[in-house]
Amino acid sequence: MSENNEKEWPLWEVFYQPKNGKPYEHAGSLHAADAENALQNARDVYARRNEGIGIWVVPSNQITASTPEDVGPFFDPASDKPYRHPQFYSVPRAVKKRS
Amino acid sequence: MSSDTITREQAYITYLLRLADDRLILGQRVSEWCGHGPVLEEDLALANMALDLIGHASALYGHAADIEGEGHDEDYFAYFRDDYEFTNLQLCELPKGDFAFTIARQFLFSSFSYFQYERLKKAKDEQFAGIIKKHLKEIKYHLRHSRDWVLRLGDGTEESHKRIQNAFDEIWMYVDELFYTDQIDELILADGNGADLISFKEEWKKLVEETLTEATLTVPDWDQFMMSGSRTGMHTEHLGHILAQMQFLRRSHPDADWK
Repeated sequence: MSENNEKEWPLWEVFYQPKNGKPYEHAGSLHAADAENALQNARDVYARRNEGIGIWVVPSNQITASTPEDVGPFFDPASDKPYRHPQFYSVPRAVKKRS
Repeated sequence: MSSDTITREQAYITYLLRLADDRLILGQRVSEWCGHGPVLEEDLALANMALDLIGHASALYGHAADIEGEGHDEDYFAYFRDDYEFTNLQLCELPKGDFAFTIARQFLFSSFSYFQYERLKKAKDEQFAGIIKKHLKEIKYHLRHSRDWVLRLGDGTEESHKRIQNAFDEIWMYVDELFYTDQIDELILADGNGADLISFKEEWKKLVEETLTEATLTVPDWDQFMMSGSRTGMHTEHLGHILAQMQFLRRSHPDADWK
């Protein structure tokens, strides 16, 4: 955050769990004075329409993110390795039958 | 109304209207923050709370109308009664003030409502108890949210501390009315539908004192001069203004609907 925003509350990222057993999804971000305040604000801003059953809030500055420059080294090598997908392998007939 | 002539049914309707009026008027007050909140997130929180309160009022008015059985609906109670017929607490009608004042009032009201609803949820009237149980969840949230803000403002900056202390000092003379009881309460309590306010007075005071102390605030004097009269229709000058604003449109177009 820039210096002229010193009086502004820190930014938090909000994640919510739509259903039991489902992974948490990113909902958006908000400003809040502290963690409890962030949780309550998240409830009011992102959970007003029965969106989920759980909320996580994380200070945005605690997230380490990849940069656009990382795209090549991070993701490209995977595109020619189809054997990393389960669909690459044919399932033996005996196994198929059992399932 | 004299004590000889009042029926149990009339008493129950009065009881429900008192509960509903508190929530309608406070909801209308809190809604004034919509678009004026100190930050976007709190703007939404306050608007949510206002809507919750108006929803609580609406359900209680509806229940009162059912019991009354004269073809009235919740709109009738909200829009077509005059100030002397409203029995809300003066605490609820006071202007919204600054954010600290709104928070101080909300904390006092929500903490009181919490104890009150914890008792009302055991009401014999199942429909009433159902309404109460549903709304209690929201009240718990209002209490948590407003209590946290009392702590944050009290133990915050010099400015926020000053403002929230002023707010409690200013509002203090309206807290005694929370525990006002008369024959209406006695009748309803005897019927198994009421909340015994005296039973939680000390517990409520303890919660308020502990919260204020934790927030590094001074608890104002419980024995100072206290206002009274709202349950019998005596109000501050602020109620007339809020009703004028709230009722104007409905009274100008009494038959208007959304269709």
